[in-house]
Amino acid sequence: MSLMNTFPSRFEVVRDMDKCIACGRCVVECGHGVHRFVKGTKKLAADERRCVNCYRCVAACPTGALKIIPNRQAVNESSNWSAANRREIALQAESGGVLLSGMGTVKNYPLYWDKLLINAAQVTNPSIDPLREPMETRTYLGRSAAEIRRDGSGRLISDLPPHLTLETPILFAAMSYGAISYPCHEALARAATELGTFYNTGEGGLHPDLYRYGAHTIVQVASGRFGVHRRYLEAGAAVEIKIGQGAKPGIGGHLAGAKNVGDISRTRMIPEGTDAISPAPHHDIYSIEDLRQLVYSLKEATRYEKPVLVKIAAVHNVAAIASGIARSGADIIVIDGLRGGTGAAPTQTRDNVGIPIELALAAVDARLREEGIRNHVGLVASGTIRNSADIVKAIALGADAVAIGTAALIAMGCHMCHSCHTGNCSWGICTQRPELVRRLDPDEAKAHLVNLVTAWTREIKELMGGMGINSIEALRGNRLMLRGVGLTDAELRILGVRHAGE
Amino acid sequence: MQKEGQVRIPSGCAIVGAIDRSGGTICGGDMVRAIAVMHDRSNGLGGGFAGYGIYPQYKDLYAFHIFYAGSSAKETCERFLEKHFDIVNLSKIPTSPHPRVTDAPLIWRYFMAPLPNKLARCQLDEREYVVRCVTRINTQMKGAHVFSSGKNMGAFKAVGYPEDVGEFYRLDEYEGYAWTAHGRYPTNTPGWWGGAHPFALLDYSVVHNGEISSYDANRRFIEMYGYKCTLQTDTEVITYIIDYLVRRRGLTLEEAANVMAAPFWTTIAQQEPERRERLTFLRQAFGSLLLTGPFSILVGFTGGLMALNDRLKLRSMVIGEAGSRVYISSEESAIRAVWPDLDRVWAPRGGEAAIFTVKEGA
Repeated sequence: MSLMNTFPSRFEVVRDMDKCIACGRCVVECGHGVHRFVKGTKKLAADERRCVNCYRCVAACPTGALKIIPNRQAVNESSNWSAANRREIALQAESGGVLLSGMGTVKNYPLYWDKLLINAAQVTNPSIDPLREPMETRTYLGRSAAEIRRDGSGRLISDLPPHLTLETPILFAAMSYGAISYPCHEALARAATELGTFYNTGEGGLHPDLYRYGAHTIVQVASGRFGVHRRYLEAGAAVEIKIGQGAKPGIGGHLAGAKNVGDISRTRMIPEGTDAISPAPHHDIYSIEDLRQLVYSLKEATRYEKPVLVKIAAVHNVAAIASGIARSGADIIVIDGLRGGTGAAPTQTRDNVGIPIELALAAVDARLREEGIRNHVGLVASGTIRNSADIVKAIALGADAVAIGTAALIAMGCHMCHSCHTGNCSWGICTQRPELVRRLDPDEAKAHLVNLVTAWTREIKELMGGMGINSIEALRGNRLMLRGVGLTDAELRILGVRHAGE
Repeated sequence: MQKEGQVRIPSGCAIVGAIDRSGGTICGGDMVRAIAVMHDRSNGLGGGFAGYGIYPQYKDLYAFHIFYAGSSAKETCERFLEKHFDIVNLSKIPTSPHPRVTDAPLIWRYFMAPLPNKLARCQLDEREYVVRCVTRINTQMKGAHVFSSGKNMGAFKAVGYPEDVGEFYRLDEYEGYAWTAHGRYPTNTPGWWGGAHPFALLDYSVVHNGEISSYDANRRFIEMYGYKCTLQTDTEVITYIIDYLVRRRGLTLEEAANVMAAPFWTTIAQQEPERRERLTFLRQAFGSLLLTGPFSILVGFTGGLMALNDRLKLRSMVIGEAGSRVYISSEESAIRAVWPDLDRVWAPRGGEAAIFTVKEGA
């Protein structure tokens, strides 16, 4: 008997038979094949084992007859052995495979964002009302250290290296075409353009129809070099070298053959249906001096007109690594924390490797300042940026900007069922099945992205105004604007903030 | 209670400045009378003055004004000074006992030149050498604090109301071509003389009214370049920013003002191309030195004064002109007290640097 058949499902599908009209809408809507008609009847049944609680059927049911609830079946578990542990063991005992997961870790690591509090002005200086006074969020991302040089008549010569101009300090994080669907990419590209910020191709290349949004596109070069060619590099506003990702430090990307179809395989320039497996390291980067060569190769290829970003996962010695990258010629460092999302990652890697973004960001910013090179690079933080307050805290810790992935997906309709790796996303986001992809309306998704970032930008301005700050650069690294609550001395020291009340 | 430097203390203030553009002298006593008018803008917890052109007899020597907590601090510091400088003259700074200025430290003045061989050996520019010596004393020698280190200028400060501090230092006995004065309203009582203003480094001195909300962003940036913000005051960090931008990076004072009180991007966009490019470059290159929050500052330097408000003009500051004389003050009343007949009274706009210099050769 199959072990998994002897294990209770995670969810129960509760169908209110008084309301159900057996229209079969749920059968059509479920990407995971939960609902079906019992053969030869008009009766509906559910295979609860397949259910991931993506909420699609509940939302679509015309009579509100469906509800998905946690399985009430008692499962023997203890403080040491959770039901999830047991389920995973059963799954692996049966399959012999590596556990895969989608999205960010579900484990309960400390969320420092929620242990940091923001300051406000009272009496000794005035708060500033963003509805009545200018409030600036424009961010220049790149190297800002410059020589002061003058021409013959004493005028300053402006020779800053190329950089990215963001109207708000929020980027869309790298998510590849292939991991997410075409309409998602289109929505991100159009939203970035409308918002005056940037989205990131991830390692899946750039669909020819999206080249026109190139001025707001960061094109990624990852270890598999999928989809990288001359026009691709020239199409973007900047080039990102992806070394690592918070959800899976130390390993490469994996796109299942089933998702590698049609335009996706063409865009990646690999045969259709093959697994797109990018190597764990870049095989031309075995050390920091090799990174420098790739940075300058890409700069040569783009005639030094575009900034080069290097994205790394937050690992234990991230500060020293970032210092090395800052001296490699890179213009911007992106640090992705432990809790960052992914389309697919080995569960144990996702859940156990890396460090939280707050600590990594604070350590990197402090280290670059100690070495006097903080302004040699822009710094982007990502990995669980959940709201505008997280952004304010990240910038006060030292980031120039943040990147949002999961939040952007949620804005486009993601319900966080953590099943991206299956390719069966009922919402048309993390899937390439044409009948599911069709569900995502790029116009609507774009509008939601624009709304979200606009709303967050307004909130950032409110919070800045409350502190009496009217320009985002005066918030950057301004750690006195933060206080910690319930943190240990070591945590406070690393974050570089005082405890509340001090 | 923690003293200045161990904790950040917000404070409100009164400031006054005066300059004679023809190089004529202004008596320190005038400054005392002017700032006395704004008594209520201070709370007795700090007052101070900086005078320029007050030491003509030693104008080529660095004048160090130093507070000592006791004689052992003085001995340690003087040993250090002797190793690094040729001390031409040293004396107590003359003071008069004052009922409202108490707990005075030892206050000494040294006229010195860097020892040539020492200077040559460390391969530093002379001014950088002096800055490093000052930083070393102020950060590493307990009980010693250099509060003035320029040539032909000097700062005088104490805990107390500014008019009392002026009398204590007998400022009516000094004459200079330019002065700044400061009355402080800190929000607690550190009671430490070093925490009073002006804050001075080399010939730059800054008096400031306000509380900048960008403080820690500015501090953490400027500390990358060897400065140590030991007092945690706005005035200190602003002085370092000016020193960094003007002395070390070679910007003009006006360009430095465009960094510290940068115009809004929307304003920059409206400028003619050359100015737009310059302002954009300065904001991009030195974004972390933008000061936000309310401030009005007076920057004293050899040969002139600069007045600057934050870009929203959240602190009052007016300028009165009478012939070659220019007076700058938090309130017009202070100017009228010493110079009732003015040709012109005006308020500079937020972020607009008003720079006044003594005529060449005067």
